Amino acid sequence: MSMASVSDPMAVPASEPVLAVRGVHTYYGAIHALKGVDIDIMDGEIVSLIGANGAGKSTLMMTICGNPQARHGNVIYRGEDITRVPTHEIMRKGIAQSPEGRRIFPRMTVRENLQMGAGITDMTHFESDLERMYTLFPRLKDRQGQRGGTLSGGEQQMLAIARALMSRPKLLLLDEPSLGLAPLIVRQIFNAIRDLNQSEGLTVFLVEQNAYHALKLAHRGYVMVNGKISITGTGKELLASPEIQAAYLEGGAH
Amino acid sequence: MEYFVQQLINGLTLGSIYGLIAIGYTMVYGIIGMINFAHGDIFMVGSFIAMILIVALGITAGAGFIVLILALMLVLLMAMLFTSAWGWTVERIAYRPLRGSFRLAPLITAIGMSIVLQNFVQIVQGARVKPLPPLVSGGYTIMDGNNFDVQISNIQILILVTTVVLMGVFTYIINKTALGRSLRACEQDRKMASLVGINVDRTISLTFVLGAALAAVAGFMYLLYYGVIDFYIGFIAGVKAFTAAVLGGIGSLPGAMLGGILIGLIETFWSGYFSVEYKDVAAFFILAAVLIFMPSGLLGKPEVEKV
Repeated sequence: MSMASVSDPMAVPASEPVLAVRGVHTYYGAIHALKGVDIDIMDGEIVSLIGANGAGKSTLMMTICGNPQARHGNVIYRGEDITRVPTHEIMRKGIAQSPEGRRIFPRMTVRENLQMGAGITDMTHFESDLERMYTLFPRLKDRQGQRGGTLSGGEQQMLAIARALMSRPKLLLLDEPSLGLAPLIVRQIFNAIRDLNQSEGLTVFLVEQNAYHALKLAHRGYVMVNGKISITGTGKELLASPEIQAAYLEGGAH
Repeated sequence: MEYFVQQLINGLTLGSIYGLIAIGYTMVYGIIGMINFAHGDIFMVGSFIAMILIVALGITAGAGFIVLILALMLVLLMAMLFTSAWGWTVERIAYRPLRGSFRLAPLITAIGMSIVLQNFVQIVQGARVKPLPPLVSGGYTIMDGNNFDVQISNIQILILVTTVVLMGVFTYIINKTALGRSLRACEQDRKMASLVGINVDRTISLTFVLGAALAAVAGFMYLLYYGVIDFYIGFIAGVKAFTAAVLGGIGSLPGAMLGGILIGLIETFWSGYFSVEYKDVAAFFILAAVLIFMPSGLLGKPEVEKV
């Protein structure tokens, strides 16, 4: 598939997508933040969404989770229309989000933060899942009794991802996991995402400003400009595209 | 010395009542950032419900000790239940529709709700004070002075023990249970709480229910301790408990209890050593001083925006 300019709707893939966003319009008060967005995420894929600050990437993440809800269009998760389902119920269906700004509960310990993530599933897996997270991010084990608010940015990001994983999601939404982190930590986090995808088939939808890393990791990517999807294609295609190199990859890998 | 110890006991008793009410203020503030001015009146309603139950069940001091204790425990549980229903309803009809509105809106509604509750009770129960013959009498002399005996009454023991037990249970719920974690999560970040699957609206309702249940305990103890109630007791007790919550650091649960105890002690010692007439001035002077010199209170956390 070559790059398609997506002002016209994309072809529906043969198998049913895990998540389908169809013609979604979202408003913040009078501000028209998403202007007809279409996205498909297939089972087992890593899909990256890149775009400039304020393009509407995080708004799309939050619209998928129903806060704010889309005014027009539909969000369909595994064949079920979840556009009007309350946020806390969406999060019980197998979607988890590591949100923009990480949003660690600052006055809870690392362990309690992870417990909050697990609160949705039954607690029988808790101890074994906790061990898995500590294996994935050993730093968290050293910090388990410490309050979330006292962690460094990188540790908070690991905690936010681990918290999301504690609910054993089918679809993981990651909003800017590399923001403000040292390159070494970014590599650790991206490696962890790739491992989860390859070993467990976890489906990941990743929002990033760090276009180089995001597209290298992803099977497919979307580019968002001003609340609309402008370009889509495989990760490799997008990385090679002169248009994208000019707009998003200037200066190479950050 | 004996006089001092006596005032200490009296102050701790009064402080326990303030502390239990203060927790309701501080919890609601912590979770939705609003001062629930109707909370004092929920305490008053709890007191009236306890009074009605005692009269309806025909409980008198003549009953045997065991029967009396069991009957009072039953009254307490039922009063907590009914008062919680009031707290829940107030949140549901008066505050929830205004969530997301400008900050002053729920505050004004809360004052309106306070007036509604006072007038409702005044109409259905009458404006006159309601006396209750003492149910728990007797006590112990714990110190013999030259011409002053320090006494602790059974009702004071009952109040102090109930408060300590209740605080233990409450601290356990907040710190160790899933319900407590949900409450704290909503208090720290409501948006994130919903993203981990917590039903935020239900959690807020629960906050009002828990606060009202504790206020009912305070109302019940107030009734047994003083033996007279009227529709207006919620106002003064409510403002004092609010002062306690601010003194301890609004939003902090241990702070509310500590603030309650301190306000109780300050008020009692002021009355004991200076003048009873000016005891409210002492309490409100503290409120003003705390707001000016120590806005985040004794155990409160200063508001820090983390980037």
